[in-house]
Amino acid sequence: MPHDHADHLSPSGHPYRPDDDVPLSYWQAMEIAVRELLVEKGEVTAEEIARQIDAMDARSPADGAAVVARAWTDPAFKARLLKDASAASREMGYDIGALKLIAVENTASVHNVVVCTLCSCYPRNLLGLPPDWYKSRAYRSRVVKAPRAVLREFGVELPQDVTIRVHDSTADMRYIVLPERPAGTEALDAGAMAALVTRDSMIGTGLPRTPT
Amino acid sequence: MARPPVTERNATRSDEETSAPSLAGRVRVAAMMPPGHVRTPAYLRGKTGTIERALGAFANPEKLAYGLPAEKRRLYRVRFTMDELWGAEAETPGDTLDAEIYDHWLERVAD
Repeated sequence: MPHDHADHLSPSGHPYRPDDDVPLSYWQAMEIAVRELLVEKGEVTAEEIARQIDAMDARSPADGAAVVARAWTDPAFKARLLKDASAASREMGYDIGALKLIAVENTASVHNVVVCTLCSCYPRNLLGLPPDWYKSRAYRSRVVKAPRAVLREFGVELPQDVTIRVHDSTADMRYIVLPERPAGTEALDAGAMAALVTRDSMIGTGLPRTPT
Repeated sequence: MARPPVTERNATRSDEETSAPSLAGRVRVAAMMPPGHVRTPAYLRGKTGTIERALGAFANPEKLAYGLPAEKRRLYRVRFTMDELWGAEAETPGDTLDAEIYDHWLERVAD
């Protein structure tokens, strides 16, 4: 018999996943304590905290994709984006708060990739929460030393004559990669173009999709 | 309901500029290993690179992390070659790594 405990099987015939009943970590307990104290002292309300969580959850790579697609179709906007990516994002109506954003441009001879070796800095206010692998020790320690090997694992093989520029977000700035516009997109409108821009292509671990 | 004012330790003093001279060209990252919250990764300490651009002045995170009054420090993007960082172990010596480094970690190097 594949599963011994027939009374513990789900209707699909597989065992139930065990409950995630682990104790809180030190930092989780501290976060709850500080949050409850802030509410108790009237610094913030529980509703304001919930609203901020909702606002962060509502952000997604689609926001960044729209910025990239605009840069692909509007040279003046692209120039503004490369000069001040925060201002350009705000100009498109994105509420990015205090985010200080730098856009780095991929070309035929340069490929950019972003990391935060010290923690998990990421342009959350434009792209939403980072993927789990972005925060992993493996990605953070390896991409600064062997970026080509890491990119290969993501399915991106770059020729030796393309220079890789790794960007370590060590302090106050955050980074977004402006990928190269794929060939064969001349007839697409901005919406169709944005659908080609993946999250990973804005981190630099991927390339945009090609139109089908 | 009116909120209590932001305490002074949280103020970034953004109206103040730093009087430190600005840097350009070749720089070396200090090889010091101070304790505490430091935004200079260990793998860049003692390494030489080139200032890619100046970013302006920001409150020193080494003070902010402890709720101390934080003076403004100039912040730079410094570009290193993989050859400089990893020597013979570099995957492709001419690839580069850019990082943001505060000026109190940088010293000028002759070009």
